[in-house]
Amino acid sequence: MTVYRPGPFAFVCSIMIIVFLIAPLFAVVPTSFTPSSYLSLPSGEWSLRHYQTLVDNPQWRNSMLLSVSIGIGSSLLATLLATSFALGLWIQRPRFSAPLIGFVILPMIVPPVVSAVTLYFLLTSISKVSTALGYDTWAGVVLAHTVMIAPFAVILILVALSQLDRRIDMAARGMGASLWQRISLVIVPNLRFGIITAFFLCFVLSWEEIGVTLFITSVNAITLPRLVWMGLRDNVDPAVAAVSVLLIAATIIILAGVIFAREKWSRMSARPSRVVTTAAG
Amino acid sequence: MVRLKRKLGILALIAPLPLFLVFAYFLPFLGVVQWSFTLPKPGLEQYARVFADPVVQGVFIRTLRVSLIVTLLTTIAAYALSYLWVFGSRSVRVVVEFFILIPFWISTLTRAFGWLALLYNRGIVNSLLQSVGVIHEPLVLVRNEFGVIVGMMHFLIPFAVLPLASSMRHLDQRVLMAARGMGSSRLRTFWSIFVPMTMPGIIGASIITFIFSLGFFITPAILGGGRSVLIAEFIYVQTFQTVNWGLAGAMSVVLVLAVGMLIVLFLRLTRVEKLVG
Repeated sequence: MTVYRPGPFAFVCSIMIIVFLIAPLFAVVPTSFTPSSYLSLPSGEWSLRHYQTLVDNPQWRNSMLLSVSIGIGSSLLATLLATSFALGLWIQRPRFSAPLIGFVILPMIVPPVVSAVTLYFLLTSISKVSTALGYDTWAGVVLAHTVMIAPFAVILILVALSQLDRRIDMAARGMGASLWQRISLVIVPNLRFGIITAFFLCFVLSWEEIGVTLFITSVNAITLPRLVWMGLRDNVDPAVAAVSVLLIAATIIILAGVIFAREKWSRMSARPSRVVTTAAG
Repeated sequence: MVRLKRKLGILALIAPLPLFLVFAYFLPFLGVVQWSFTLPKPGLEQYARVFADPVVQGVFIRTLRVSLIVTLLTTIAAYALSYLWVFGSRSVRVVVEFFILIPFWISTLTRAFGWLALLYNRGIVNSLLQSVGVIHEPLVLVRNEFGVIVGMMHFLIPFAVLPLASSMRHLDQRVLMAARGMGSSRLRTFWSIFVPMTMPGIIGASIITFIFSLGFFITPAILGGGRSVLIAEFIYVQTFQTVNWGLAGAMSVVLVLAVGMLIVLFLRLTRVEKLVG
């Protein structure tokens, strides 16, 4: 029960900050409908030519397809490695698990630009041996993205595991299930939502990764963010605005859907627990 | 025999990810460290440059200044927002959460582009101010340090909200009611009780914001337009334009050490707070 409510001053301040957070997202919309070929607001006539560019220009289409395939490849790899790692820790509970977790989440903590220089070193070194997996290749970007997103998958799956009831695994073990049977028949099926969430987050992170990608690609592996970056640095290309509008719209729809579903779900399941709190208080 | 097989099974589960990171991340980082000592010739020359070269010094000082300003403003803004998020009515909370999460999920590039569209010479802000008649010449709001600060704040506010909201949520509200009940004014209750009690959140949010700011790359690179170069963009320039890998390596090492020390400080402080609380 909250008695403490924000006063009008706090309310006005917060509204101003929310406007600050949202304003740049809305600013993109009119810019994307400009009829001219440089960054400007449409005066009078609105045009869809920059959306047309996205469809017609093979560069945009190719980079989107590339980003999707890199996203799927690196998320699969990262989720697989992270799930296996987290399962091992959860089952065995070794003494050295804390430093081990600290080590595998390093790429998340180290400043991205340092990771970028590091992965640049890695891929240019590999390029000297193999040209298929190295600087400016599909496989090279997948490798680098896997390093960057695996820590997020580890954390999500460890959190999901911590909410799992150990007794179901103990029951399976007591009834003679092998390690592989416990994992494939008992733990993973109960963990599937955590694994799917981790995969989805990994995909989003890889899809929009730019800091590292900028260091490890040049002319062949041009992902969507890399193409957007090129359209932003010097002369701003309004096609970037059209891409941005589409991405923002997709984000808002998905996010609103998730929040709505959760609110509905928690309102349904919150009723009995509220009675308990009132009774206890 | 069965036990040995089980042990090996567990090892096969745990080992791949750390091994992968040793080869794909840790060893390459040592390679970067090696760059810093050997390129262009062996010695500590690059580190001497980091601490003596006026250009590099300028980049460090600008990064520190921008990071401090951004940390201060971000923490204040996030504080107000967390306050509404935690203490607002149920519907207010849902709306605020939605607006905090949206920027979280939208890419850095899209957001930086949004600020360009708002702030450039013929952008929305300048057009608006000119049509109202407040200004006659457009203000230079972007491709300079102002633009960098605005863009970084926009990115960091959602991150700062999380520790602040958590410290406000765990606050014992009876203390506030007691203060009000004993005749303290709203403002006094806020300053002498609410703010000190949420201090762990304020410290946590400031350190997180500061750590992020030090290594910030994409947003300053776009909104600074090459005119307000921070450490990360400088490392990029050293790697690809000046092609001085030794200096890029040395600055990476210094950046990692600085961030490492801040993280140790952060863990110390939060642990002390836990002991005291």
